[in-house]
Amino acid sequence: MSTLDTTLHADEHAHHGPAKGLGRWLFTTNHKDIGSMYLWFSLLMFFIGGCMALMIRAELFQPGLQLVEPGFFNQMTTMHGLIMVFGAVMPAFVGLANWMVPMMIGAPDMALPRMNNWSFWILPFAFAMLISTLFMDGGAPNFGWTFYAPLSTTYAPPSVTYFIFAVHMMGISSIMGAINIIATILNMRAPGMTMMKLPLFCWTWLITAFLLIAVMPVLAGVVTMMLMDIHFGTSFFDAGGGGDPVLFQHVFWFFGHPEVYIMILPAFGIISQIIPTFARKRLFGYASMVYATASIAILSFLVWAHHMFTVGLPLVGELFFMFATMLIAVPTGVKVFNWVATMFRGSMTFETPMLFAIAFVVLFTIGGFSGLMLAIAPVDFQYHDTYFVVAHFHYVLVPGAVFAIMAGVYYWLPKWTGHMLNERMGKLHFWVSFIGVNITFFPMHFIGLAGMPRRIPDYALQFADFNMVASIGAFIFGLSQLIFLWNVIACVRGGQKAEARAWEGAEGLEWEVPSPAPYHTFATPPRLPESLQ
Amino acid sequence: MSSSTYYVPEQSRWPILASIALFLLAYGAGTLMNALSAEQGGGVGLVLLLAGALMMGLIMIGWFGNVIHESRGGLYSEQMDRSFRWGMSWFIFSEIMFFAAFFGALFYVRVLAVPWLGGEGDKGVSQMLWPEFTAQWPLFNPPDAERFPGPAAVISPWHIPLLNTCLLVTSSFTLTLAHKALLKDELMQVRRWMFLTIVLGLIFLGFQIYEYMEAYQELGLTLQAGIYGATFFILTGFHGLHVTLGTLMLIIILGRVVLGHFDSRQHFGFEAVAWYWHFVDVVWIGLFLFVYVI
Repeated sequence: MSTLDTTLHADEHAHHGPAKGLGRWLFTTNHKDIGSMYLWFSLLMFFIGGCMALMIRAELFQPGLQLVEPGFFNQMTTMHGLIMVFGAVMPAFVGLANWMVPMMIGAPDMALPRMNNWSFWILPFAFAMLISTLFMDGGAPNFGWTFYAPLSTTYAPPSVTYFIFAVHMMGISSIMGAINIIATILNMRAPGMTMMKLPLFCWTWLITAFLLIAVMPVLAGVVTMMLMDIHFGTSFFDAGGGGDPVLFQHVFWFFGHPEVYIMILPAFGIISQIIPTFARKRLFGYASMVYATASIAILSFLVWAHHMFTVGLPLVGELFFMFATMLIAVPTGVKVFNWVATMFRGSMTFETPMLFAIAFVVLFTIGGFSGLMLAIAPVDFQYHDTYFVVAHFHYVLVPGAVFAIMAGVYYWLPKWTGHMLNERMGKLHFWVSFIGVNITFFPMHFIGLAGMPRRIPDYALQFADFNMVASIGAFIFGLSQLIFLWNVIACVRGGQKAEARAWEGAEGLEWEVPSPAPYHTFATPPRLPESLQ
Repeated sequence: MSSSTYYVPEQSRWPILASIALFLLAYGAGTLMNALSAEQGGGVGLVLLLAGALMMGLIMIGWFGNVIHESRGGLYSEQMDRSFRWGMSWFIFSEIMFFAAFFGALFYVRVLAVPWLGGEGDKGVSQMLWPEFTAQWPLFNPPDAERFPGPAAVISPWHIPLLNTCLLVTSSFTLTLAHKALLKDELMQVRRWMFLTIVLGLIFLGFQIYEYMEAYQELGLTLQAGIYGATFFILTGFHGLHVTLGTLMLIIILGRVVLGHFDSRQHFGFEAVAWYWHFVDVVWIGLFLFVYVI
């Protein structure tokens, strides 16, 4: 070995605990620190985006304009969507992956630890820039989170330029995070951890990471074309120069549809970890779960124009995208079937993570079915851009993705903190959230089918009752998240001591290490537990 | 270092500094563009942009220097090497998808949008917007000629672009010869072939600049010239930026070859840059076919 080695001290360092002070978080290369930062950041964004949602629901509590200007209402719907998608849901999944993937596969850390830190620290800057647009002349972006041209080009406020660069930063962060996760799973598995032994959370994240690397650059491409149209006189999205505003929608949804699965596949992984634990049975149909996930990912590249049925596509396009979309129901059905079959004749108990997981299976399926309705092109002409669409994607994202994140947090909190959760408070959080979420989003199906358009601050009188119900539900759901915050903080600060295997039926490498997990989990490759050999 | 223990780097200041630099770059660029479009001077935006760029440059030197130092110190196992390889491969895949977005836009416009505007096919009803418009490609006559004056002519593929194709393809071969030589530890040969590759890259860039000047000054082929100019410049422009970056990376790698950093066993840095260069070459072949020739 070279003499340089003496100056580098790598081996000694590996046995140190965390560094002191703020520097620990700014300079860290530890996957657990970075995972925690992602999760706290996501929670902060969840509350900011949630406040915006409550402003929207407060305005919609009654017909007529009461609380906010219509222009500000548009900024709220836009920022709420952007913050929840890019700031809350995606970073939460990356945080969970950071914490759990290395422990699940027996790796010492992520494959590229410094880049891992960079992926995280880009985000606070990107969102600071995005949120600062609220205070700029002309206001924040007001064209919806899908930022269709020409609303986002010709008619956009000047702050759109900062929005574009913020999206670029988020893209860089996501791509680096995804590269790290792929490299970790492909290259850092402990000896004997073959691909078909991988925990399902790792499999779904591997496929999600592939989707991220494939579509985030396309998002970067489309915002770059916007930037050129706005500032450099090009005509990508302007028919006057031979371009086409519909081109924007095609490129955006080529990103946007896989993005939808980016937000749900890791959730599938979490649920596939939790249900076997509390059913005390192996996951039913492991291999079919892997293939179903891969099929969903591949199909997700072929269905983007189902978001655009009313834009004037050629008939053959409408038909192709309708049938391709409906095909996705098949692998998704396989997954739901397998979760139910795992629970069938299991020794079930209903701790908080399991309650969230079961609610996920039921409510996500409702969201899936309304998705199937929207996939039918001729009826989509009726549903398009109504509250039915809002109901659909909130069912897959809130009691879908967000419930799965909460289930995952409750499931792994004992491993992170070394303390068991206060079950009474956990259950309270679950039931209030469950009731709140359904009161909020279920009535939206009805007002949507009756024709209420989305992104409008005022509405016709016949929609008044259901809107009032939805607004009440939204405040119940929103406030119940304070219980979640309380639960997490209480669990970090104390509680009943958690064992290494915090849940009776839990299997996997992460449950072999002590709770809380040591700062550096594995200095040498671990032996796999019996259940994995 | 044996492969049975893991190497986890210690704390690092580079990521947070790089995040600040990226923020300055982005915020500066946004401010500058807004100021220019509102016809105010550059001012604050330009300062922030330059500060961010300078800071990012220094960070790259420091961060890569750090990695090289560790690698030279023998801290990296074969496993680490594989992680770097996966990382670079997937990065290049993300770059491919970035270009795919612009190629997709080009195909959509040529095959669907412009013919529809001319009244052809399923959605030919859009001709009602500009009834006199006739579809053609290259598009010399954008529908709204006042805002988007079309180009008088476009670049002929059989002059500079063909020459540039030859240059880039040759440079891929010379780089492969350098790699072959490296595998045999013939370092003088490596230097020679790499030098040639860099020269070919620089000549390519020179021709590309010349072509842009010709397009702007003589042909009226500009960013504002309608969709042909827009797709032409975004594709060739981003490709040109990638060639610039690739050439810069080749120069750095040549410097490291001269310093004796690589041998036949350990030369991932060389390979990563070589992969990147071949990727840039393949993109050019796509450009030559779909932007210039067809």
